[in-house]
Amino acid sequence: MSTAVTEEQIEQVVVESLESFGADPEQISRKATLEQLDIDSLDLAELSQIVQERFDVELKGSDVAEVKTVDDAIKLISTSV
Amino acid sequence: MESIVVTGVGAVTPLGVGARTLSERWAAGVCGIRDGEGACVDFDPGDFLSVKEARRADRFTQLAIAACAEALADASWEEELPYDARRVGCVLGTGIGGIQTLVDGQDTLRERGPERVSPLAVPLMMSNAAAAAISMRHGLRGPSFSVSTACASGAHALGCGLRMIQAGEADAVVAGGSEAGLAPLARAAFVSLDALSTSGISRPFDARRDGFVMGEGAAVLVLERGDAAKQRGARVLGTIRGYGSTSDAYHVTAPREDGQGQADAMVAALADAGVGAEEIDYVNAHGTATPLNDRAETLAIKLALGERAKQIPVSSTKSAIGHLLGAAGAVEAVATLLALRDRIAPPTLGWSEREEDLDLDYVGDGARPLQVAEGRRALALSNSFGFGGHNAVLCLEGT
Repeated sequence: MSTAVTEEQIEQVVVESLESFGADPEQISRKATLEQLDIDSLDLAELSQIVQERFDVELKGSDVAEVKTVDDAIKLISTSV
Repeated sequence: MESIVVTGVGAVTPLGVGARTLSERWAAGVCGIRDGEGACVDFDPGDFLSVKEARRADRFTQLAIAACAEALADASWEEELPYDARRVGCVLGTGIGGIQTLVDGQDTLRERGPERVSPLAVPLMMSNAAAAAISMRHGLRGPSFSVSTACASGAHALGCGLRMIQAGEADAVVAGGSEAGLAPLARAAFVSLDALSTSGISRPFDARRDGFVMGEGAAVLVLERGDAAKQRGARVLGTIRGYGSTSDAYHVTAPREDGQGQADAMVAALADAGVGAEEIDYVNAHGTATPLNDRAETLAIKLALGERAKQIPVSSTKSAIGHLLGAAGAVEAVATLLALRDRIAPPTLGWSEREEDLDLDYVGDGARPLQVAEGRRALALSNSFGFGGHNAVLCLEGT
């Protein structure tokens, strides 16, 4: 499965998830920080769950805790699939 | 003892959004019960909460947040707190907590496995979620917690808030109750207990009563020291004169048939208020419309108030909105305070058939003016009794 997943697909899932968590769609960009988007640890726990379901990857809590920007999140998922 | 006053009220009930909506519609004889339940159909969480806040809150918390927003605006607390934030407490009652969240989590667990259960499940369903949400939203940094005594929760929360201020732990307390228990699981459980009305009509104290009708909603009151409220120029809606709390120590669902535990709570509230039975102008009854409660409560009112019991109006808000469980005591305290302000006894809707020994004045014929002695403020008792034998009574004074 991992070879079939593109970064675009991951980005799409991340952006959709952030929007569903209540982040302002206009503020979402790869450079945006989670703090700017008011995304906290509970949102990241939900994102990890979504990613696990969609891409069958388990993100390590210690790695997720290092995520500061949307780009960080996408890259972490990309390297994990 | 220094008076503890109410400077703001808010409510979301089956009669609509707003404390005044509740008071006006109940007085006008409007019933908020549809298809055998009292749902808050006019409540749209989006009117009060952001997307993020709404998905971080079970419905019982959403209702509490909305009621609190109204209460704080009513108390002119909107812009900033009039007290040191560390001196403002928050006590919210709920009988069940986030039951829909619990049910949804169980469905997910069964259908999709444990790894799909939401990380939000615990923060949404915990019974202290409403108190926590209000504390965070408004920056209340004094003591905050939930109390849970089934259908007496709302009244116990107010009593707890009153004591917190009297004990010097806080200068003001945001207190109330909320419940969103219209989940099929809760309904089925109450049906199994034979507690729910089969007719779907809430008829407290009427010979035809056949159990309670479930409702949902929330109410929040802002409590402050009387002198501090005056100093900041606050408009005062009423005073919590007294509070009494006892336990039946008898049965987990049935009240003592002689009403003694309930009467003891009423007597304790009167003593706490320093008023005699003859000064009480109105009783807002627990009045669930179960055969057992209304009989025991009638006895209790007579035990506590003696001759006065038959001279004053006794009515049940539950005839108009159903039983709001852990929110009931707070919603009914709001309804009582506004009735005292307007000097009316709101009606027990639909009451018409008297049962032997249920011989009080249940106000079955529409709202009526209270007979209050010249130069005196109107006084009422508001009763709340919960499964487990928990009894809580508030003595309230109007303006």
